[in-house]
Amino acid sequence: MRKRNKNFELYSGGTPSLRGTLAKIFILGLVDAGVGFVLMVLFGKEKYGFAIFLGLVTLLVNWIYLRRGGLPAKYLAPGVMLLIAFQVYVVIFSGYISFTNYGALHNGSYAEALDAIQQSAVEPIEGAAEYEIKVVKAEDGSVLFLGLDFNTGKTFLGGEDYAKHPWREITAADGLVVDESGYPTSLSGVTFLTDDEIVEVDPGVTTMKIPLGPNLDTDGFIATADAFFAQQNRFSYIYDEKNKSMTRLVDNKIFPADETAGFFENKDGEILSEIGWQVRVGWSNYKKIFGDPDLRGPLSGIILWTFLFAFFSVFSTFVLGLTLALIFNDERIRGLKIYRAIFILPYAFPAFLSAYVWRGMFNTEDGFINRSILGFMGSENRIPWLEQQGPARAAVLLTNLWLGFPYMFLICTGALQAIPNDLTEAAGIDGASPWKIVKLIKLPLLLVSLAPLLIASFAYNFNNFGAVYLLTGGGPFLNPTLKVNAGATDILITFVYRIAFSGSQGADYGLASAFSVLIFILIGSISFFSFKRTKGLEELTQ
Amino acid sequence: MTTLHARHPKSKRGGAIRWFMQVGWKHLLALVVIAYATFPLVYILSTSLTDMGGIENFTLFGQFYTKNYTDLLTSPDYPFLKWMTNTVTLAGITAIISVFISALAAFAFSRLRFKGRRPGLLALILIQMFPSILGLTAVYGILSKLTDYVPAIGLGTKAGLILVYLGGSLGGGTYLMYGFFNTVPRELDEAAKIDGATHTQIYFQIILRLVAPVLAVMALLSFIGTFGDYVLASIVFNTTDQYTVAVGLNLLLADPWSKNWAMFAAGAVMSSLPIVILFVSLQKYITNGLTGGAVKG
Repeated sequence: MRKRNKNFELYSGGTPSLRGTLAKIFILGLVDAGVGFVLMVLFGKEKYGFAIFLGLVTLLVNWIYLRRGGLPAKYLAPGVMLLIAFQVYVVIFSGYISFTNYGALHNGSYAEALDAIQQSAVEPIEGAAEYEIKVVKAEDGSVLFLGLDFNTGKTFLGGEDYAKHPWREITAADGLVVDESGYPTSLSGVTFLTDDEIVEVDPGVTTMKIPLGPNLDTDGFIATADAFFAQQNRFSYIYDEKNKSMTRLVDNKIFPADETAGFFENKDGEILSEIGWQVRVGWSNYKKIFGDPDLRGPLSGIILWTFLFAFFSVFSTFVLGLTLALIFNDERIRGLKIYRAIFILPYAFPAFLSAYVWRGMFNTEDGFINRSILGFMGSENRIPWLEQQGPARAAVLLTNLWLGFPYMFLICTGALQAIPNDLTEAAGIDGASPWKIVKLIKLPLLLVSLAPLLIASFAYNFNNFGAVYLLTGGGPFLNPTLKVNAGATDILITFVYRIAFSGSQGADYGLASAFSVLIFILIGSISFFSFKRTKGLEELTQ
Repeated sequence: MTTLHARHPKSKRGGAIRWFMQVGWKHLLALVVIAYATFPLVYILSTSLTDMGGIENFTLFGQFYTKNYTDLLTSPDYPFLKWMTNTVTLAGITAIISVFISALAAFAFSRLRFKGRRPGLLALILIQMFPSILGLTAVYGILSKLTDYVPAIGLGTKAGLILVYLGGSLGGGTYLMYGFFNTVPRELDEAAKIDGATHTQIYFQIILRLVAPVLAVMALLSFIGTFGDYVLASIVFNTTDQYTVAVGLNLLLADPWSKNWAMFAAGAVMSSLPIVILFVSLQKYITNGLTGGAVKG
């Protein structure tokens, strides 16, 4: 309690300097002015919900910085806000998505899917008229089609809004002027658009649908693909709002909306369109992870390899880094600083470049490793580095060793230098051999101080996307009989990444999110409990 | 050898042997380690100076063409200089702001006592463990919403991407810096307080100055992190002119019409050079920067 009060007093009070106060007012003013501008834009766009949210956040910020006291909030606010927006929200969003079927096939809401399905399936009305069209603009600004029917020689005019500009025949009586072959050249009340103006029509002439009657769905419409010719079309599917079903006009089959699958599906199990909508699917993504036999086989292999990969990455880099740190923590070596600087070059070289460079070097035919290094050592056998499971996994680990040992070298050197000299000197005087000093004094001390970093390194490598994906892409893919695309060097994160963004049946964000939630829980609890076992966490939250 | 040593314990030769046993062999080992640490870099440097297209067998430094460099710098399809400027702008601004904001938060965690401090620290570390690459969909969703609301920070803008980077780098940065602030003796704060300093003065004029080298290192590490990001930059930007080096060089390798391996090598050398130089010259501080959180150095 005493400590608490002391801290409170230590940082509160004092006379605020004029400069500080002015700076505060200036910065807050800038923020408020910026937000004010954005708010005006938002109101202009009628995005009221977001505007109110933004306004409230800004009020909160002003309150935090203008009131007396509440010091922690003043220091934490910027960081916490960014963290919430881009980290906490991302975690929550992924959690939510994991209970839906969100993916390439279930991309949007019901209304969006409905629209997309209708728009995607349009068929010409059989035997109906075709037109050569001119794109014109009416006095009220709406864009209309002026169409000449090939067969009858009659001219028609109409726009997207049937109430204002219904599709109707136009004659000389309406002010229509045609040339000798019957093509319209001018019409009173409208202006003909030039090619450039046609291109600029928003959202585009080719997406326009000009109804042939008051009901776009049933009456059909005029549409053009090139702004020169147009024909009478109709939607292949008609939506029945009352029954929430689609009717396919070709065979009059009815496809009710299946709210659990997110598809229009008829009673024979036929799906109307690949396009579906997002629905909540409960635990089914999680059930799939644990229960789907197609997934289970490859998945257990991948999980095992992920642990091995993370463990050996940490182990190999730590052993090499530690050994080098012990050997080169020796002031008698001349040029020590230069050596150290060169040792950490792999850490300084951007990692994504390293991965590409190693990928090139591992090339079986002409790669540097097979040709020059192994060739130099007299080996005629070319190792198929990235083409078979064993060598590919070795290649990933070798690359990660090269990428990671400088980091371990750095932190081990730092930790070694933090061990008081008198401790090792005393042991030396007592006659302990250098090896014993290392084993009995330095190593235990090092492990205590480095344990949290080693745990963090394990967690990092567990999800080390770049080290695997940029080098092998998760491949080689040796087993074409698998229903899921699992490669020989795939760790969990690369495997899931492929599910999320390039699955063979299109992206499946729902399943991928369920995976990421599980990975998060797994690696989070591993880290939490290992932190707890080491002193790390205690020290951390002291 | 031992007899020699015993007979002339103080002879030059005996001293040389002892020197070799104790120190000299470390120089030999250092050469081996240097060879290991640098051979991929030597390889890519040498590749960048060849006239080959794809990956071919070649002798190290057997050729000395500068054509790859001039090609890349003048190519209209691959605006490398533009990529460099984009990347340096993005990474630079992100580094400066993220260090500043992390330092603010670290000060609160290190010096102030408030409700939720311990859980806050814990949450900071755990939230970093979320496989952020799988949060891409959410990040994309946020940015495309922002594109509708406030286009200036939406998709295709540097500002939007910087915000995403900031959100991602805060946790780790705050955690590392928190360890550092703890090493600055509290007595300093107390002394300043007696002299009438306010908390902002203590923060800006005492603590920040004391940890300035660390701030520089954190900025550098953040810079390298942003510099190396491929995935986020590739979803936010979609015209070649907006690309970062990571996305652009990937385009160079992905291009099916030509094999650009040597040109890629030239790009790799040019883009990594500034970072490598910075890194090596700040090496002394970097050791502290990485261990500070866990090891009181």
